[in-house]
Amino acid sequence: MADEDVVLDFLKGKSAAKSKFYFKDFLALFPDKGPREVKKVLTKLVNEEKLEFWSSGSTTMYGLKGAGKQAHTEGEE
Amino acid sequence: MAKFQTPLLDQLESGPWPSFVSDIKQEAESRAKNPNGLDYQIPVDAPEDLLGLVELSYRDKETHWKHGGIVGVFGYGGGVIGRYCDRPEEFPGVAHFHTMRINQPAGKYYTTDFLRQLCDIWDLRGSGILNMHGSTGDIVFLGTQTPQLEEIFWELTHKMNNDLGGSGSNLRTPAACVGMSRCEFACYNTQDICYQLTQDYQDELHRPAFPYKFKFKFDGCPNGCVCAMARSDFAVIGTWKDDIKIDQEKVKAYVAGEFKPNAGAHAGRDWGKFDIQKEVVDLCPSHCMSWDGSKLSIKTSDCVRCMHCINTMPRALHIGDERGASILVGAKAPVVEGAQMGSLLVPFVPVEAPYDEIKEIIENIWDWWMEEGKNRERVGETMKRLSFQKLLEVTGIEAQPQQVRSPRANPFIFFKEEEVPGGWTRDINKFRERHQR
Repeated sequence: MADEDVVLDFLKGKSAAKSKFYFKDFLALFPDKGPREVKKVLTKLVNEEKLEFWSSGSTTMYGLKGAGKQAHTEGEE
Repeated sequence: MAKFQTPLLDQLESGPWPSFVSDIKQEAESRAKNPNGLDYQIPVDAPEDLLGLVELSYRDKETHWKHGGIVGVFGYGGGVIGRYCDRPEEFPGVAHFHTMRINQPAGKYYTTDFLRQLCDIWDLRGSGILNMHGSTGDIVFLGTQTPQLEEIFWELTHKMNNDLGGSGSNLRTPAACVGMSRCEFACYNTQDICYQLTQDYQDELHRPAFPYKFKFKFDGCPNGCVCAMARSDFAVIGTWKDDIKIDQEKVKAYVAGEFKPNAGAHAGRDWGKFDIQKEVVDLCPSHCMSWDGSKLSIKTSDCVRCMHCINTMPRALHIGDERGASILVGAKAPVVEGAQMGSLLVPFVPVEAPYDEIKEIIENIWDWWMEEGKNRERVGETMKRLSFQKLLEVTGIEAQPQQVRSPRANPFIFFKEEEVPGGWTRDINKFRERHQR
C-alpha cells in the first residue's frame, strides 16, 4: 500500500471519533521511517488537497480536508 | 457617536501610557470617514465591534474568542491563526477575525515605503489594526476574513517580496537584535545568521511537524536586546574569549567626569560625581575587577561577560577580539509546565557563514525532539524529562565545566566507562568487603 494511502486509511478509520491528529500520531503508522520522511508524505497529501491543517495558533494538527468543524459552520463563506 | 459604550476600556486610556484603546478608537474613526475612498473588504466597523467585544470580556471576565480553526494559505501550516468570536450577532464586524503573522525584516529595519505598503494592504483587506510587533517578533495583522488571506499573501510575496511568519507547531519567525548595523558590542552578524537560517529552514517555518513551537533568537552580545536566553528554545548570544580591551586614559577621563557614564543615559536626575569603585568595580558580579586610583584591572578568567562595566564606560572598555557566541537551549514561558531560562549547551562557537557548525547542532536537537518529544512539549521540557546528559549525547557535545552552574548543584553529568580514558573496573566482591549492603 502506498504511504499516502496508509495515512488516508488511518484518518478515514478514525473519522467517527476524531478529525484532527498530532504529527506524532502519524509517526506510529511508519515505525521504520524517521519524522522527516513521514513529514514528506503528509506534505504531499496537503499539496494534493487531501489533508488540511488545523491550528490553534500555538499547536498545529492534521486532518482530512473537509472533516470536522469548518469555516462555513462558523457562518463564514 | 461610538457604537458601544465602553466605560471599562475608557479607563485604560486614563493612565500615563499609550493605550491600545485610543489606537483602536482612532482607527474606528478613520474607517468611518474613509478619507481615501477605499472599498473595504471586511466590515468597516470591525474596530468598533472589537471594542464592544473586548468591553464585554472585561465585564464578564472571560474571553469571547473561540479557539483556532482551519484557515491558512495554500501549502502553509502556519502564519494564519483562525479567530472567531462567540457573539457574532452582536458583533458581526469581528465574527471572523483571523490573525496573520508577517515575517519582520532582520533587526526590524523598515523603509517608510514598505510600512505604507503594509498599511495599504491592511486598510483595504483587514481591520487596519496591527501590532508592531508580536512577542515572537512578527508584524501581526489583527483581524481579517478567509477570502482575504490568499489575496494578502499574494500581495506580500509578489509585490513586497515578503513572507508570512511562523505559528503553530512550526519553527517560529527567527528574531535578531540590530547587531553590527548599529551596535559596537555585537560579537557576530546577528542579522545575517537570522536571515540565512530563515531561508535555510523554510520547510520547518511553514510546514509544521514539531511537537510544539520552536524559536531561535540571536543576541549580538550578553546585553540580550532580543532576550534570547529567556524567550527562545535556541538562543545564540554573542560573547568573546579574550580580555576586555581597556583604554586606561579614557577610564581616567570617566573618573575625572570628562565623559558621562552610560553614555548619558539615566541623565534625568543628578546622581552626583561618577564613582568608579561604587558604580563599576563593586557591582561586578564575579569581583574580577580592581581600581587602584590610576589603573583598572580585569581578571579575564573570572569575568562572566555581564556587560555592566562596558555599558557604564563604553568609551574606555570594549568587547574582546576573539568573538563568537554561546548557545543556550530550552527557555520557555509558563504554558504547559513552568517558565524556564535557557541552559548553556555550547560555551563558545565561532559564528561564521554558512553557519554549518550551528546548523548541525540545531538539526541534531530537532531530530531528537521530533522523535522523543511529547505532543505540546517544548524542547526545554523534553530536556528536563530525559536529562541534559541525553541532550549532550544527541548533539555530540562533550560535558564541560561551563555547563555546571555550581559544583554538586546540577549533577546531570554522569560519565560512562567508555567515555573515560582507560575506563574503570570494579570488583563487586571487593567493594562488598568494604561496604555492607
